[in-house]
Amino acid sequence: MTTVTTDVAAPDARRAGRYVYIAAVVLLCAWVLVPLYFLLINTLSSPETVNSFPKPFLPEFDLGSLGFFAGFAGILTALKNSILVAGLTMIMSILIGAPAGYALSRFDFRGKEAFRLLILLTRAFPLPLLALPLAVMFIQTGLDDTVFGLSLVHTTLAIPFAVLITFSLFSGIPLELEEAAWTLGCTRLTAFTKVVLPLILPGITASAIFAFVISWNEVFAAAVLTIENRTLTAFLLQNLDTSPLHLKFAGGFILVVPALIFIFAVRKYLFAMWGIANR
Amino acid sequence: MAEIQIKNVAKRFGSYQALHDINLTIEDQEFMVLLGASGCGKTTLLRIIAGLETATEGEVWIGGRRVDHLPPKDRGIAMVFQNYAVFPHLTVFENIGFGLRMQKLPNDEVKRRVERTAGLMHIDQLLGRYSGELSGGQRQRVAVARALAMEPDVILMDEPLSNLDALLRMEMRAELKGVLAESNTTAIYVTHDQVEAMSMADRISVMHQGKIVQAASPIEVYRNPAAEFVAGFIGNPPMNFLPATPSGDGKWTVAGQILDGPSRTTPLHFAIRPEDLRPADTGLVATVKVVEPLGAHLLVTCSVDGALFRAVLDSDLTVRRGDTLTLAPQPDRVRWFDPETTLAVA
Repeated sequence: MTTVTTDVAAPDARRAGRYVYIAAVVLLCAWVLVPLYFLLINTLSSPETVNSFPKPFLPEFDLGSLGFFAGFAGILTALKNSILVAGLTMIMSILIGAPAGYALSRFDFRGKEAFRLLILLTRAFPLPLLALPLAVMFIQTGLDDTVFGLSLVHTTLAIPFAVLITFSLFSGIPLELEEAAWTLGCTRLTAFTKVVLPLILPGITASAIFAFVISWNEVFAAAVLTIENRTLTAFLLQNLDTSPLHLKFAGGFILVVPALIFIFAVRKYLFAMWGIANR
Repeated sequence: MAEIQIKNVAKRFGSYQALHDINLTIEDQEFMVLLGASGCGKTTLLRIIAGLETATEGEVWIGGRRVDHLPPKDRGIAMVFQNYAVFPHLTVFENIGFGLRMQKLPNDEVKRRVERTAGLMHIDQLLGRYSGELSGGQRQRVAVARALAMEPDVILMDEPLSNLDALLRMEMRAELKGVLAESNTTAIYVTHDQVEAMSMADRISVMHQGKIVQAASPIEVYRNPAAEFVAGFIGNPPMNFLPATPSGDGKWTVAGQILDGPSRTTPLHFAIRPEDLRPADTGLVATVKVVEPLGAHLLVTCSVDGALFRAVLDSDLTVRRGDTLTLAPQPDRVRWFDPETTLAVA
């Protein structure tokens, strides 16, 4: 008897569970994709359509808004600043983060676990608390309102991720490969450049791109620490209430697209950061 | 010429003593096997010789040169790793030629040596492949070829066959022995597999709890184990032990039987290999517990005076569970051990 009842009940329960699962997936996707879709429609519409109501559900592929955006005074400088800051952040966070990741993965030292935790905790520290003392210090040292100064702050934000991603990458390379290289005539350095580096290069690239995106998306420090040399995020924030709607849409679009593409390209390495193998 | 001398080497990991005062000399062109259960320190000793681990105390000499302060690349060694460590981003050709390229040898010399060693290991047709496209056995061959291509004075091998299936292991064992004998290098080979050790070694060093218990030829280790540990570790099934009490004048009482033995007054352990027992009119009285026909032999597990006892008998014999056998030990094969020190007594 019991077996018969469970046999009938189980498929029902399983089907219901499946519906809930599918509904949840659809809801989550909509949560992310609907705003992006509206952003896309409005960016690719003429300024008149953007400001009218009701709005169309299909883009009209009018480059008027983007054209207006490109011609807006100061936008191109801000774009250039954003790229420069993000580029510098990328280079510095890898140069500092990758050796730390290597050390964490290859050497045993006292306080290693605490160090890993501390790296993450730096992300928990609220930036606004630091903003004022940082601004004062930057003004005193002359770093305020410079591309280099801002990229220093962004590097600080990106390093935890650079360390954790490279740590997991290095841990994925068996020590035996390095040891084999040592017995075949390599020093620690040449074993690294000839064996380890070629193997983790894709991962390092991913981690660099992620650092780029962190800097690209950052707005708070950029808004506080720059005045003349604003990055794109800070520039748009500054002009938020004075600029027309279609400029906001176009600006938002320009900000979102590179970040999305980059994150999509490096997604499997972001999983690797948390130690989940996804290859 | 590459004689290896290990002088008073000790290794501690924190409070754990992995190696105690190891002294060992390995002759030029000798094939030395370090044999022991896992955790006995054999791999640690090999890694100290390779320079991948530093000894806490002691000295390592290779070819009359003290090397324990040198990095691995300056020791004239090549090593084959347990998991092969074939570089996944390089082709088989570049893997084998890796060490030669590091020595900045000219291209044609690299090509000549890679092709020669690849031919030796029968992987000449795989030179263009990557390690991901190779089977375990092929990777193993690449790892050995890579070590041989260096033409080292000493080749170190850390359980190189342990990841292969049984048939392939047997095949590689013979092949490796042949290739190494040809290459005139001194070889140190770490394994926990006694069959591998017996079949390949010129000399076996049996290790136990961070010490070398016995270093001798395979037959010597088998016939005259220096300690009870060696007697129990080598041989499958292992040696049988029974307590023996002195009955005066070189006579010993073993399971109610009087046997000849050494002149001592303290109790000893009597030991005999299972294949050195014959059914006879007088001897040790054994009650049969299990009979396992193995084709050529019968492996009979029995109980003698309450102790576990194994005999390898001729398969023509009819033996059943519950039978009582009288087993006579072959006198010249009986060994005696001191239970206090566990060492052999002459």
